[in-house]
Amino acid sequence: MTRSLLVEARNVRKHFGAHHVLKGIDLEVRRGEVMCLLGPSGSGKSTFLRCINHLEKVDGGRIYVDGELMGYEEGTSPKGRAREMKPKQIAAQRRSIGMVFQRFNLFPHLTALENITEAPIGVARHDRAHARARGMELLRRVGLTDHAGAYPAHLSGGQQQRVAIARALAMEPKLMLFDEPTSALDPELVGDVLSVMRDLARSGMTMIVVTHEIGFAREVADQVVFMDDGVVVESGTPSHVIDDPQHERTRAFLDSVL
Amino acid sequence: MSATDVTVQSTARTHDVAAAPRNHPGRWIAAAALVVLCVGWVVSLWSNPNIDHATIADFLFDGRILQGVLLTVGLTACSMLLATALAVALAVMRLSANPVLRVMSWAYTWFFRGTPLLVQIVFWGYLGLLYQSISLGIPFTSVHFFSANTNTIVTPFVAGLLALGMNEAAYASEIVRAGLLSVDNGQVEAAHSLGMSPAYTLRRIIVPQAMRVIIPPMGNETISMLKNTALLQLIAVPELYTRASWISAQNLSQVELLIVASAWYLLLTSVLSVPQYYLERRYGRGAGRSLPVTPWQQARQTVVRLRSRVTQVAHTDPRNPGTEADS
Repeated sequence: MTRSLLVEARNVRKHFGAHHVLKGIDLEVRRGEVMCLLGPSGSGKSTFLRCINHLEKVDGGRIYVDGELMGYEEGTSPKGRAREMKPKQIAAQRRSIGMVFQRFNLFPHLTALENITEAPIGVARHDRAHARARGMELLRRVGLTDHAGAYPAHLSGGQQQRVAIARALAMEPKLMLFDEPTSALDPELVGDVLSVMRDLARSGMTMIVVTHEIGFAREVADQVVFMDDGVVVESGTPSHVIDDPQHERTRAFLDSVL
Repeated sequence: MSATDVTVQSTARTHDVAAAPRNHPGRWIAAAALVVLCVGWVVSLWSNPNIDHATIADFLFDGRILQGVLLTVGLTACSMLLATALAVALAVMRLSANPVLRVMSWAYTWFFRGTPLLVQIVFWGYLGLLYQSISLGIPFTSVHFFSANTNTIVTPFVAGLLALGMNEAAYASEIVRAGLLSVDNGQVEAAHSLGMSPAYTLRRIIVPQAMRVIIPPMGNETISMLKNTALLQLIAVPELYTRASWISAQNLSQVELLIVASAWYLLLTSVLSVPQYYLERRYGRGAGRSLPVTPWQQARQTVVRLRSRVTQVAHTDPRNPGTEADS
């Protein structure tokens, strides 16, 4: 079965000052596929994820989502280089990409349900009643129907992260980005979040997941990518990369986390 | 077996001792001394032959004084509105990526914070000496849409409003900036990742959270502003203190009219803390702590508690008074 490309990264480069974070990343994600990015901290995997929805600006290379160049307009500047888009255009592009953060980043002044409905009502201009009904449906999906009226401060970390997933899903994205979604959680709360993500993957959502949960990657990922020091060291199916790594660096990393 | 029972009972009895509160004779003495001092001072004021109580009573609700009170309240409200609008613009400019805007915002604050308010007030009052007429047109051309004499536009009221509002904006912009900076950058990223535009993010996500930090100091500033309106006496804006000084210039009851003005200022500043309290409650939602009760809720809770205590006392067995529940 060949599915069409949803995300295509070509030679993506990024510097923070003198520090070369991404040294030319080439990746492809097909529709309905789950890609897990593994690698030691500082390897550039989170930065790459944040480049996809243009939370970080790339210094070189191109990222396409559903055939659209992210954050830049092709050939609009002199010398034919791509020029950065206006904030409104970037905002419009981001609407079809959901993101879940390590630190949840729920809006503390809004209840769980209001967190979910804020963007559909205010940005996508959905009907209020419809957005609320859909918000309740999403809360049911992440197992938090009883907490619709709770403020984030009164929810556990695991509950907050599940609300954050529901919030991202409310904009009906075609792609979901997860930036170490379980790293800030107490060990006993990790399972609930991973099971929501597992269900989401089964429902056919295209997902890119930066994670240290090797078990999750082995079980759910279609493609595992191991990054180190700003480059892709190796990529392939979980059985290849996790169970039979070809590179010394991959082996050393897996030994240290397993 | 009965021996162990006895030990258990005796330890239980020794654990009971801690319940009686400690005596605090020092506190009682200090409190009594202060009360005596205060009462003595009030009595000396009241019986002071230099204060004519009848004059105070006459002028407390005098029409001219009430007009002054009205103008003071109006000036405070208008200048705070002007100041807040300017402050938000200045704070956003200061945080902007555009260096020209940043420098202009900084320069504004530098100038208006760096010169005395009194001097600024007089400056605005004498604006007519600097510019004879004010006109609206395209700069560096002879196109004018509108032109008028400065003194007909910038009345003492307008001069006072501009002086107070523009001075306050310099201070308030720093408060607003602190509030905006207090919101975690993760909030901006989350908002952007949902496709919210920068303006929408500011309005719906950042400002509501910044308000929690902004309101308490802005309450302070409003109270300062209310009192600073008295400085407008210098450019003859007929507010509360100006009116009081005009009256005392005629009847020479300076102290009495100062007391009348002070009483009104005290009343107004006390009233101002009420909206602040409710605004803080409004923006404190979701802040982790439970919201403080409103005075109205407090009163209702007290009534309920007292009533339950009364019924409880009526029903308590007189031989067993220790069963009263904690409130």
